[in-house]
Amino acid sequence: MPGKLKAKIVAGRHLPVMDRASDLTDAFVEVKFGNTTFKTDVYPKSLNPQWNSEWFKFEVDDEDLQDEPLQITVLDHDTYSANDAIGKVYIDIDPLLCSEAATVISGWLPIYDTIHGIRGEINVLVKVDLFNDLNRFRQSSCGVKFFCTTSIPRCYRAVMVHGFVEELVVNEDPEYQWIDRIRTPRASNEARQRLIFLMSGELQRKIGLKVLEMGGNAVVGYLQCFDLEGESGLVVRAIGTACTLEKISTFPATATHPNNSSPSKDMKDSPQAAPSTLGCRSTHSSPVHSASSRLSQGFSVSVPTLLFAGMKPRHRSSEVPRARQCRPGFGEEAPGVPLSSGPPTPLRAQTFSSFSPSKSYSRQSSSSDTELSLTPKTGMGSGGSAGKEAGPLKALLRQQTQSALEQREYPFFTLTAFPPGFLLHVGGVVSARSVKLLDRIHNPALGNTRSYKLLDWNSFTADEPETRDAWWEEIRQEIKSHAKALGCHAVVGYSESTSICEEVCILSASGTAAVLSSRFMQDGPLDTEHRLSRQPLCVFSTGSERVEGDMGSSASLGFEEVVSPGCGFCHIPYDELNIPFPAQLTYCYCCRRYKVPDVLFTTIDLPTEANVTGKGCLIQARLCRTKKKAQGEGNATAISSLLPFLEYELHTQLMNKLKLRGMNALFGLRIQISVGETMLLGLASATGVYLTALPSPGGIQIAGKTPSDITYEQHISTMQKKINDTIDKNKELYEINPPEVVEEIIGSPIPEPRQRSRLFRSHSESSDEVSELDLSHGKKDAFVLEIDDTDAVEDIHALLTDSPTPAGFYSCNTEIMPGIQNWTSAIQMFTSVRVFRLNANLTNQGLNKIFSDLCENLLKSLYFKLRSMVPCCLCHLNFTVAIPEDELIQVAVTAVAMSFDKEQPLENGKQSGEKTLIKAITENDEQLQFNLELNAETSSHNPLSSPKGLSEVGSHLSARASSLEKASPLPEGRSRSLRSNRSYSGSSVAVVKMTPLSFIPGAKIIKYLGIINMFFIRETSSLREEGGVSGFLHTFIAEVFAMVRAHVAALGGNAVVSYSMKECVFMENPNKNQAQCLINVSGDAVIFVRESELESTSVQTQSATTHTSNGGEGT
Amino acid sequence: MSVELDVFVGNTTIMDKEVYQLWLNGYTVNDAVKVRIEGGVMEECEASAEVLLSDTMDQYRTFQMCERLLHHPAKLANQLLFQIPPDRQAMLIERYYAFDDSFVREVLGKKLSKGTKKDLDDVSIKTGITLKSCRRQFDNFKRVFKVVEELKGPLVENIRQHFLLPDQLARDYAAIVFFANHRFETGKKKLQYLTFQDFAFCAGQLINNWTVGAVGKTNNMMEDMDVDLDKEFLQDLKDLKILITDKDLLDQHKNLVCTALRGKTNVFNEMEANFKNLSRGLVNIAAKLINAKDVRDFFIDLVEKFIEPCRSDKLTSIDVNLYLTHYTNSAHILDTFKHHAVWTRYMGVIKSCILRMYHD
Repeated sequence: MPGKLKAKIVAGRHLPVMDRASDLTDAFVEVKFGNTTFKTDVYPKSLNPQWNSEWFKFEVDDEDLQDEPLQITVLDHDTYSANDAIGKVYIDIDPLLCSEAATVISGWLPIYDTIHGIRGEINVLVKVDLFNDLNRFRQSSCGVKFFCTTSIPRCYRAVMVHGFVEELVVNEDPEYQWIDRIRTPRASNEARQRLIFLMSGELQRKIGLKVLEMGGNAVVGYLQCFDLEGESGLVVRAIGTACTLEKISTFPATATHPNNSSPSKDMKDSPQAAPSTLGCRSTHSSPVHSASSRLSQGFSVSVPTLLFAGMKPRHRSSEVPRARQCRPGFGEEAPGVPLSSGPPTPLRAQTFSSFSPSKSYSRQSSSSDTELSLTPKTGMGSGGSAGKEAGPLKALLRQQTQSALEQREYPFFTLTAFPPGFLLHVGGVVSARSVKLLDRIHNPALGNTRSYKLLDWNSFTADEPETRDAWWEEIRQEIKSHAKALGCHAVVGYSESTSICEEVCILSASGTAAVLSSRFMQDGPLDTEHRLSRQPLCVFSTGSERVEGDMGSSASLGFEEVVSPGCGFCHIPYDELNIPFPAQLTYCYCCRRYKVPDVLFTTIDLPTEANVTGKGCLIQARLCRTKKKAQGEGNATAISSLLPFLEYELHTQLMNKLKLRGMNALFGLRIQISVGETMLLGLASATGVYLTALPSPGGIQIAGKTPSDITYEQHISTMQKKINDTIDKNKELYEINPPEVVEEIIGSPIPEPRQRSRLFRSHSESSDEVSELDLSHGKKDAFVLEIDDTDAVEDIHALLTDSPTPAGFYSCNTEIMPGIQNWTSAIQMFTSVRVFRLNANLTNQGLNKIFSDLCENLLKSLYFKLRSMVPCCLCHLNFTVAIPEDELIQVAVTAVAMSFDKEQPLENGKQSGEKTLIKAITENDEQLQFNLELNAETSSHNPLSSPKGLSEVGSHLSARASSLEKASPLPEGRSRSLRSNRSYSGSSVAVVKMTPLSFIPGAKIIKYLGIINMFFIRETSSLREEGGVSGFLHTFIAEVFAMVRAHVAALGGNAVVSYSMKECVFMENPNKNQAQCLINVSGDAVIFVRESELESTSVQTQSATTHTSNGGEGT
Repeated sequence: MSVELDVFVGNTTIMDKEVYQLWLNGYTVNDAVKVRIEGGVMEECEASAEVLLSDTMDQYRTFQMCERLLHHPAKLANQLLFQIPPDRQAMLIERYYAFDDSFVREVLGKKLSKGTKKDLDDVSIKTGITLKSCRRQFDNFKRVFKVVEELKGPLVENIRQHFLLPDQLARDYAAIVFFANHRFETGKKKLQYLTFQDFAFCAGQLINNWTVGAVGKTNNMMEDMDVDLDKEFLQDLKDLKILITDKDLLDQHKNLVCTALRGKTNVFNEMEANFKNLSRGLVNIAAKLINAKDVRDFFIDLVEKFIEPCRSDKLTSIDVNLYLTHYTNSAHILDTFKHHAVWTRYMGVIKSCILRMYHD
């Protein structure tokens, strides 16, 4: 029993009236964890009950602690009939399991009901006493930190980046079970919510185990998604990047001399090193153990077991052929095949993928690595699953090399931003898609009918994850081979997604092929001792300042190649004689020594050190394609054959729009393909920038096919003029005036080009220049659009209809906007959802127009809404499209608006100032924690002296202080500080900031409190009364925000970073007056301190320190 | 082809003051869009009518969702659904509880009952304020009335604390509650020239000086309410009748006042001629106040018995002030007059009320 979970129910407020007669409620609370339930007394006749219960104690496995949520149900006592449920609160215990995250959950949490929404709030206290578990066979992974942030979290330093971790679990969807026909919608929704909570917990635990096996202690860029496959079940899958992180603290020396100090020593000293060593120790034995002991409960695929292997062939034999049938559409983008016969438009995109080569590549890779052939992943090549049928011997072999394999199998990284020196070269975007048919296994004999742990129904989908896993493995292999073809050994900014319509499922994966500095990764199977002794030399840190660690890493960078960090990543990683796709190479415009491509597409964030000219902007390509209604395989084939064209067109659009803006690179590219019954939607979003290292893009030239009559010529020339004008306007708007470069013979390195003074040229001048460029630069030939081509007409139309952003606004879908640094502290995160109903019988063009307008109008609305924040930038604009049903298009956007000062501040002074401040803070960190408590206590002693509305930070510090009470040596002081905390929270609600970015401008994140991963369902059968679909969804989204904020505040945090709404599934049936919506959100709960307040806080803690020592002596 | 669903939710709830006002004024979404287009916001922000419509609908929805919280403003501060900065919260509350003077004049002193609410459409037509807005204002009055009715302690302070209103607005509400409670007649034609602020001022005078709470302020122990007039005081007012019933006293009083006024005003003759009449009027009002029915006619009595006679004699407000000052002070010099305290308390309020009401 490695853990004791304690919960206390303090009070409720704003409860709904449950008894019409008295207009009051007789409320009591059930606290449930696992199979144990406690109840509070009934607090009669009150809407603001004060239960003040005893501590309910649950003695549980840490494994359960990870999997299970604490479930709090508020009920209305009824003497004669059944008690009515008011609502529930699910509390994720996970943040409490990590010593570095939160230590207590305390605060007002909304009571949520899936039918009525939020119904009052409840004040709870939750704590966990975790006993140190030295059991080497343990199945829990407590202590592994999870971060949604796709970069090394600020205030941590990456000791090592281990690599890709993935896992998926499958279960039957409660909504599709027979029992759903007889139970209430509420019961069904709750079963679903609870199941997803459980599955997320299990998934996280399993990923944690993998991380421990790899020797890491954290997962960064954790991306969890769920696929509602309907009849065939519910898949929860997650990917992430395993890392060994170290808090930047205690030993400032390590930060300054990373190369000299031995990191292994750091590991021992830092508290989180303990779990990692533990995990390593069990590397060899644990999988075997798991196979025998956990089988009855888990469905992990990646832990290979004989039992699973034995079951699989039967299943696969039925599944694989079908999957293979759909493979024709598998290779995406396909520049070669459809294009060779098509228009001669040169596709010079950086995206690489192909049909036939992909197979050969994958085979190549598998033959080069004998271990791979053992895995089912390469089985697709030979059409069978020979590897799976391999005997126990091989399985054993695999187990031994498992941890090493895990890292090498997929050199993928979900990170999008990297510590300096990590990213050496970028090849381009790699992506793969696959169309699959979902099929439910009807024969329960296929899998043993086992009961899912603690769930009250049977599940016979035990071998499902195998299928799903195999699907993803196929795709990952493909990605890997694409990356190889680009001369890259790694894929960064990697992500996976699905789109499901009925029984068809499109799996997509994309990333950026890259060459990484090998020193940050391990290069072979190492056992723990070995690894520890060979700790990477580079201890780098990230943070809002890229300064730290630079001195250390620059030295180590030395023996790779000396490149300027501003352009190095643009240099091609592939062999220039054997270019994998048509591209024009030139010498780098920065260093003049290495070749660069003419355009660069990536899925990562713009590296902070990159040399950029001007500002960036959001670029979107939107496409709609009709498709015939079909069933089963026919449908899958139809979709497969449509996909390459869709991607090709999206690409052309992106390229055109990029050129129209006079830019040459895309970052954060995300292509989303959504499938509906009668159409396919494609939406590609990226942030265009002008990389100084890359050549200036040529213009767009329109060419008529046959120079026939004069009016036609005129038409073309006016179009051409329009386009040229737009390019010029955009160049001015985004301040793109690259340094003039003298065209010189390739190979002669010239000194740094002179920086041309910034001045805007007049229209006529610059347009002259454009045409001149077009003539003189043979290589930089303009992008030719043939106007006879209907597609081209459409493209031109799309190009010109994109309205420019209003004055004062910028937009991007990446974390940072090049050219803007001086953010103010004003941020506004928002979610906007639109559903558009189409008319039947629309042509492709008509659909395109509508879809494009829908996105444009949505953007326009956002600009209008946020006009008070001007000048501002919409960052991390994340569009998701869906086709909820026939003739409906749903677009959801989550982003943050951040305003900035027009005047550029003095960068240097600020940065150095920041740096010293951070040092001060980190040095004081340990004392800080202790002292804060004292602060709170003193304030609780004389509450009169503290202002009524405690300042934001103040209340947080006190909350945090109370959360630290576990460590407090004085039990009396503890309760006092708790009480004070409660009274504060009663008076006003603490502000919680939310942002999809990994940072908060003008503030320093001082602590990560844990991951927030919440899933909610809301349903109504009185849609009209709740304000129609808009009213219903508006309320629901607001409620989700409120619950996220409340949970963060209860953890002691004041912000959520890397927030994302990963799922928003909306279904309506207006005829029945019904609607249902599912929302899944995630993010990292943090405590931040304003930079302006940092100084005062540290001073305060200094003084408090002296107090503590005095006080300590006193007692 | 239509937008089926369109929502925007910010972590910090975005509220446009201008749209909020349009919503409060009871405009429909379409009317509000028209007003906004005329206001020129479109050109300012390069927006289209479509964008404006979407924004207006969204804002209206937000306000509707907020409305139930605004009914209990204290809840707005500790609810979790909307994250609204404190200054915004204050703005929302203040504007929600703000009212039109022309509307309040119509219902001032009326019983805040369902019956009155039914007549609001007439009020709406008469004042040109939308029915929706009338209903909101009426419901606000009623809500405040209901809450403070049950509470002890100073009226204005109670309103301020429960509804988080700024001082001036809390005072206005106190006046409205006070008027509704006593059902003061304010609708008569003769009273039409008075504005709400005139009445509010008078109500403030009455609350501060004539209620139970007013006494409480001195001994600090009274926990009773401000809403009711001090019965004891009203009883005592009957004793003032001696000023007009005792012939000697009346003459004496007149002489004292006339002596003091002589040569100080142009309308001395009129004052002298009217003295007995005016004095009788004021003292009769005082004596009748013990009857709740006569309390209702307090203002009409003041106008009929004092203000109108003075006005017909063409007294300026300076004259009235002078007259009332001496009238009050002289009473204290009368040997047989013993009720000095009651007299001061009564005349203080009467004087300031009359001076406030003495305009065109």
